[in-house]
Amino acid sequence: MNLFEEIREAVKGLYSLAVGMGVTGRYFVKPEVTVHYPRKTVDNIQTYSGHVELLQGKKNPLESDCIMCGTCERNCPSGCLTVKYEEIVEENPEPEKKKKKTKKMTGLIYDYSYCSLCGQCIENCPVDALGFSNHVYWAEFDRCNITLDLLARLREKLSKSS
Amino acid sequence: MTTQNLAGDFYTQCFLSEQDESGRVILNMGPQHPSTHGVLRVIIEMEGEYISRAEPVIGYLHRMHEKMGEVKTYHQYMPNMGRVDYLHALAWNWAYIGAVEKLCQIEVPRRAEFIRVITCEMNRICSHLVWWGAYLLDLGAFTPIMYAFDDREQALDLLQMITGSRLTYCYYRFGGVRTDIDNQFISGARDFCKLMKSRLPMYKDLVTDNYILRKRCEEIGELPLEMARRYGATGPVLRGSGQKYDVRRAEPYSVYPELDFDIPVFNECDAMARYRVRVAEMEQSVRIIEQALSKLPKGDVMAPKAPKRIKPPKGDVYFAVEGARGKIGVYLASDGSSTPYRLKLRSPSYSNLSLFAELAQGTLLADAVSILGSLDLVIPEIDR
Ligand code: SF4
Ligand code: SF4
Repeated sequence: MNLFEEIREAVKGLYSLAVGMGVTGRYFVKPEVTVHYPRKTVDNIQTYSGHVELLQGKKNPLESDCIMCGTCERNCPSGCLTVKYEEIVEENPEPEKKKKKTKKMTGLIYDYSYCSLCGQCIENCPVDALGFSNHVYWAEFDRCNITLDLLARLREKLSKSS
Repeated sequence: MTTQNLAGDFYTQCFLSEQDESGRVILNMGPQHPSTHGVLRVIIEMEGEYISRAEPVIGYLHRMHEKMGEVKTYHQYMPNMGRVDYLHALAWNWAYIGAVEKLCQIEVPRRAEFIRVITCEMNRICSHLVWWGAYLLDLGAFTPIMYAFDDREQALDLLQMITGSRLTYCYYRFGGVRTDIDNQFISGARDFCKLMKSRLPMYKDLVTDNYILRKRCEEIGELPLEMARRYGATGPVLRGSGQKYDVRRAEPYSVYPELDFDIPVFNECDAMARYRVRVAEMEQSVRIIEQALSKLPKGDVMAPKAPKRIKPPKGDVYFAVEGARGKIGVYLASDGSSTPYRLKLRSPSYSNLSLFAELAQGTLLADAVSILGSLDLVIPEIDR
C-alpha cells in the first residue's frame, strides 16, 4: 500500500466518523428517552402482567369466587399453586340423609419463584377467580419470602378498600 | 510439562491431545466472554495472532427442554417455548403451537393468523435490533445499541399491551391467540412502522456506510455456499451466502403466501453480507406488518371448537417456521396420550454455531469475535 492510498483511507475513515458524529450530535440535542429508575418510574407498566392474584368475587364482593376445584393446581406447569381448605361436616337434621359437607377455603399458596406467568391457571379457572396483578416491582432478597397467600392478600386488599 | 499436566479441564485436555504441533497457546474464549452473549465456550489454539484450531464447547445452559416436553401436558409445555430463544420467542411459540395444531387438525381463525404474523414480525424486528446493537458493541461501537434499544422499546411496549410480557412471551394458543388486538395497538403498530422507516436510513448513515465498520466486516468470515449447506445453516447466515431460502416462502404456512415481501439475499458470503441481510429483513418485516394491518379481517381470535384438553391421535408431525436466526422446527411424536411421546426441537443456532470451527481457522483472533457475532447466536437455543 503506498502513501497515497493510506492517506485516502484515513480521509475516508475521518469522513464516516464525521457523518456518525453528525447523527449523534442531532440526537444529543433531542430530549432524553431513558428514565432514571428508581428516582423516576415509567408510566406504561399497567399492561404488564405481574404475579397471579385472586380477584374480587363477582357474586360476593367481599370474598373470592374460588370454588376450590383445584384446576389451577393441576394445570400449572410448575406447580406454583396450592389450594388449602378445610372440610366442615355438619349433621343433617334429617337423620337418613347424608351428612352435609362444606368446604371452607383457608388459603391459596402461590410460589412466585417458579411462576412463568403463562396464564394457564387464569384461563382454565372455571369461575374466572384468578387474574394478573399490577404488582410488578415485587422483588425479594430471599427466595423463601417470595411465596404469597393469595387469599390473605385479597382479604387484606378488600378490608383496606372498604 | 508440569503445567501441561495441570492445565485445563476435560475438554481442554482432549483438545490438547489432538494437537499436532506442541507449543501453541491454548486459549479459552468463554464461558464468560462478553462477546459470546451467554455461556458459550470456544477453545482456541493460537499460532501467533492467528487461530489454527477452534472448538466450541456447549451445554452450559442445558435445561432439558426436550425431556420436559415428554413429561408435561401439551398445555403445560407452552411457557417453555418462550425460553428456548428469548429474542424471538414468538417464532418458537408458533413452531410448537403449529405442530400441535397440525397434528390435531385445529383450524385457526383468519384474524388470529394475521395477529400472529404481526406480532411475530414485530418480534423479529426486536430480535434483529438486539443483534444489531450487540454485534456493533462487540466490534467496539457503543452508541448504536442505545438507538436500537430505544426502537426496540417501542415495539416491546406494544407487545406488552397484548401479551402481558416483554421478553418471554407465551401468547399463542392452540387454535388462536390469547387476547385480541385493539385500536390502540393497531395505531401504535402503524406508528412503529413509521418510526422504523425513519430510523433505518439513520442506521445506514451511522453504521452501514461507516468505513471503519466495513473494514471489520467486509471479507471477514467468508462462508462459501457449499460449506453453509454442508452444516445445515439457515436464516440470514445462509442468505448471506447467496441462497434464497426462507421457510416463509419455501414451506409456506399461515397467511404468508398472501403477503408481498422479498427475501433479501447477498452474495458476498462475508460478515457484512449477513449484516446486510438482517438490516434488509427489518425493512421487509415492516412491510409485512403494514400489509397485515391493512388486511386484518374481523372475527374470532380463538377457534370456537378449540379443545380445552389436548389428546392428539397417534402419529407424528413436523412443523417449521422462519425465526430470526433461521429454520425453527418442531418434530412431535404422539402415542395418543396427553403428553408427547417425543418432542424434538430443531434450533437454527446449533447448526450455525457448528460451522464456526471451520470458519475461524486461519483468521485473526479479533476477527473471530466479528465472525461469531455475525452468526447471531442465542446460546439458550443451542443448548435447549
Ligand atoms: S401463570 Fe402459569 S406458572 Fe404461574 S401460577 Fe399460573 S399456571 Fe402456574
Ligand atoms: S381454578 Fe379457580 S376456582 Fe378452581 S381452585 Fe383455582 S382459583 Fe379456585
